[in-house]
Amino acid sequence: MEGLTLSEAEQRYYCDLFSYCDTESTKKVASNGRVLELFRAAQLPNDVVMQIMELCGATRLGYFGRSQFYIALKLVAVAQSGLPLRVESLNTVKDLPLPRFVVSKNEQESRHTALYSSDADSSASYSGVIPPPPGRIQVKKGSVSHDAVQQRTSTDQQESTSPVVSPQQSPPTSPHTWRKHNRHPSGGNNERPLAGPGPFWAPFSEAQPGSSTSSDPIWSGHSPPPHQENWVSFADTPPTSALLAMHPASVQDQTTVRTVASATTTNEIRRQSSSYDDPWKITDEQRQYYVNQFKTIQPDLNGFIPGSAAKEFFTKSKLPILELSHIWELSDFDKDGALTLDEFCAAFHLVVARKNGYDLPEKLPESLMPKLIDLEDSTVGEQTGEVGYSSSPAEAPPSKSPSMPSLNQTWPELNQSSEQWETFSERSSSSQTLTQFDSNIAPADPDTAIVHPVPIRMTPSKIHMQEMELKRTGSDHANPTSPLLVKPPDHPEENKMSSSVKFTSGNTVTDGYSSSDSYTSDPEQIGSTVTRQRSHSGTSPDNTAPPPPPPRPHPSHSRSSSLDMNRSFSVTPGQQQAGVVAYPPAVPPRPQPSQGAGPHVHRPVDAEGLIAHTSTSPQQIPEQPNFADFSQFEAFAVSGVNKEEEDEIETHSEVLQVEKPSDSASSLRVAKADGRVEDKAPANVPTSVGKGTTPLAPPPKPIRRRLKSEDELRPEAEEHTQKTGVIAAVLASQPSIPRSVGKDKKAIQASIRRNKETNTVLARLNSELQQQLKDVLEERISLEVQLEQLRPFSHL
Amino acid sequence: MAVCIAVIAKENYPLYIRSVPTENELKFHYTVHTSLDVVDEKISAMGKALVDQRELYLGLLYPTEDYKVYGYVTNSKVKFVMVVDSSNTALRDNEIRSMFRKLHNSYTDIMCNPFYNPGDRIQSRAFDSMVNSMMMQVC
Repeated sequence: MEGLTLSEAEQRYYCDLFSYCDTESTKKVASNGRVLELFRAAQLPNDVVMQIMELCGATRLGYFGRSQFYIALKLVAVAQSGLPLRVESLNTVKDLPLPRFVVSKNEQESRHTALYSSDADSSASYSGVIPPPPGRIQVKKGSVSHDAVQQRTSTDQQESTSPVVSPQQSPPTSPHTWRKHNRHPSGGNNERPLAGPGPFWAPFSEAQPGSSTSSDPIWSGHSPPPHQENWVSFADTPPTSALLAMHPASVQDQTTVRTVASATTTNEIRRQSSSYDDPWKITDEQRQYYVNQFKTIQPDLNGFIPGSAAKEFFTKSKLPILELSHIWELSDFDKDGALTLDEFCAAFHLVVARKNGYDLPEKLPESLMPKLIDLEDSTVGEQTGEVGYSSSPAEAPPSKSPSMPSLNQTWPELNQSSEQWETFSERSSSSQTLTQFDSNIAPADPDTAIVHPVPIRMTPSKIHMQEMELKRTGSDHANPTSPLLVKPPDHPEENKMSSSVKFTSGNTVTDGYSSSDSYTSDPEQIGSTVTRQRSHSGTSPDNTAPPPPPPRPHPSHSRSSSLDMNRSFSVTPGQQQAGVVAYPPAVPPRPQPSQGAGPHVHRPVDAEGLIAHTSTSPQQIPEQPNFADFSQFEAFAVSGVNKEEEDEIETHSEVLQVEKPSDSASSLRVAKADGRVEDKAPANVPTSVGKGTTPLAPPPKPIRRRLKSEDELRPEAEEHTQKTGVIAAVLASQPSIPRSVGKDKKAIQASIRRNKETNTVLARLNSELQQQLKDVLEERISLEVQLEQLRPFSHL
Repeated sequence: MAVCIAVIAKENYPLYIRSVPTENELKFHYTVHTSLDVVDEKISAMGKALVDQRELYLGLLYPTEDYKVYGYVTNSKVKFVMVVDSSNTALRDNEIRSMFRKLHNSYTDIMCNPFYNPGDRIQSRAFDSMVNSMMMQVC
């Protein structure tokens, strides 16, 4: 016969019917008389009945084994539904109503009640007496079982009502459904000690003989008892208890379990499993057993069982791979391919349930949810997790649990940022990294999106510079490794930054706060998945500490800070923290060169070592402070302190590229960001240094920190070109300048002064504009975040 | 919402294919099959390009008057093909991308399942439910 898949209700019903027909209490064979009677009660034409009997194989076998009986019942249902009788229809017909039998004496219900009453009778007989331990009990806990049975039968009577009360012992009230199903021990069982206790035990006895086929009420997923015995033996006690607690539909397990379990355990289990409501609750006994099993695979209770080991372990249970696969999907809560203790217990429990005939749920029952330890906002998860061992009404959990996982899964999508945090934390395995990552994200966010937060240790101007720097770095998505790219993106301009920010914002599902593509992809993924942090782009966890940006070419030092600045800037390249441009050193100098990203500021004011920094890297941030400092320095320089310094500064400034448009006033200051500038700088430096009168040279080439004027963007480009032109001119003139002496020098100095003043003004202006830009970007990002949050609803 | 979603293995045999049940499903199967050529073309065109998230998404493979076909390929050359109804007021590209992302995530979950042998047909209930959620609710 082909495998027969029955729904839970069908199983129960069929089992009951079988019990009813099992007048001889063989638990294996339904008496033909009863069966025929039943079929007649189905009000089917005789030929149909004959056909059914033929199909189910009873005719062949000569008797109705349990399996045949079940098939027959199903065929009856099929026939009653008017569908043609086919063997294939057994499994293919969906939503088949239960077969209806109009028994002469009673209807279905009455039949049920009759059975119940028969139970009552039997229970009555039981109540007073503790049934002797089943003879062939393989079950040692015969007594216990009997007690339990009594319990059950008595409760059966009350059925719908009170939760189990353990009369004799505290045997747990079996789950309601189970009890119902239980009504088995109709007549004739009394003799069988085993049989007496009820279906629960009945299966045992049936299983005993080891006739797997006949005693398979539910075909799918059952393995022959001997196998099960093997499995159970490997599983030893708890399964028994588990089985006891579970729906006793299946037989084999219980037999074997019985052999293993002890009476006391059984009792306890029963007692505990009396959740009465929640068939999925794991009793302490069961839990202990699972834990022991876990230890055999993984001694560390806080560790994981890898997928392969778990696969081997559960394959021993002889469930079909498909079901094991489904169990795995249900129990691997964080989807990490490994089982924690909680997950393992849930999986084990599900396996036991399945072996006992319970159908696998679609969603993980609430009581089996692993306790989510690391959840941050774990609202749902924690609740469900904690419910784990608490009793919860059977109805409630099933309804809730299905929603839980789905909730958990949908949450990330719905509530992106917070969910992401949640999902991160849910992943026990990677929670650590995730949380770290998250923490990195947090600062990154402000940096990228809001740019403000840049810790400010520098002078206000420096702060601005830093922020600008941050913005630039943050927006640079080219660097997937650091959420906040500190890598000099060569577009110091704000427009570029804003565009990149836009880009990143657009990319992120959740919000625009990731600066890097890779990073954004992660939130998206996380958003869409429950706990997974799957970085398809392979970035995430690695970003906990953004790798230091590649060393910038000649980090130019800002004038403002003097040597320290320079050093710090030179150090910064190595730091690249996600947006932690807290202090000047953090600001990685922009790679100046060609673009001349506002290196101007970087013009190393310091006399000391700045010369070398030709890199245009100094981004705006450094620029600003530098610029400001520069102006200060300029004043200082103007005071005629140090021509050489000036020269150096200027050369540096030459080197620094100023991309920002500067006014015409500052046009003289052209950042010679280009290599030639750099070349010249060194050249100039020596020359300038060499001469006392060199200062002339500097003026023309003052570092052109491109200050952002109002025009910023476009004008910048234009001015840049202008500047370059000017620079060229200046450069060209430079060589000659040093030659001039005297008045020229004065003139140059004056012009320097003027230029510096202009620079200062422009720098201030620039910083203000930057500030405004940041504000606007912030708003924009927040709006995008909101949009993203709203979006999932719309597109689904 | 898609009318047909298919997961194709690296060797171009289907691991999973599901269509909206109303229409002649074979037509969708055929469409998916023919779109594999377009997918291969796009993959080879990418050449040595870095395969990052964006490039996993292939975009619109080809449109017909009735429907559009979108493609997505993973790093292991497993392809997801989605057929959407043209009349479905243009699903935004981002939505298609997110649908593919969900598919990819679910596929990865299946891969993580030790009981799944790569190359087998996908029979996961979770995957089914996820795909169902993305399919058009026709009936």
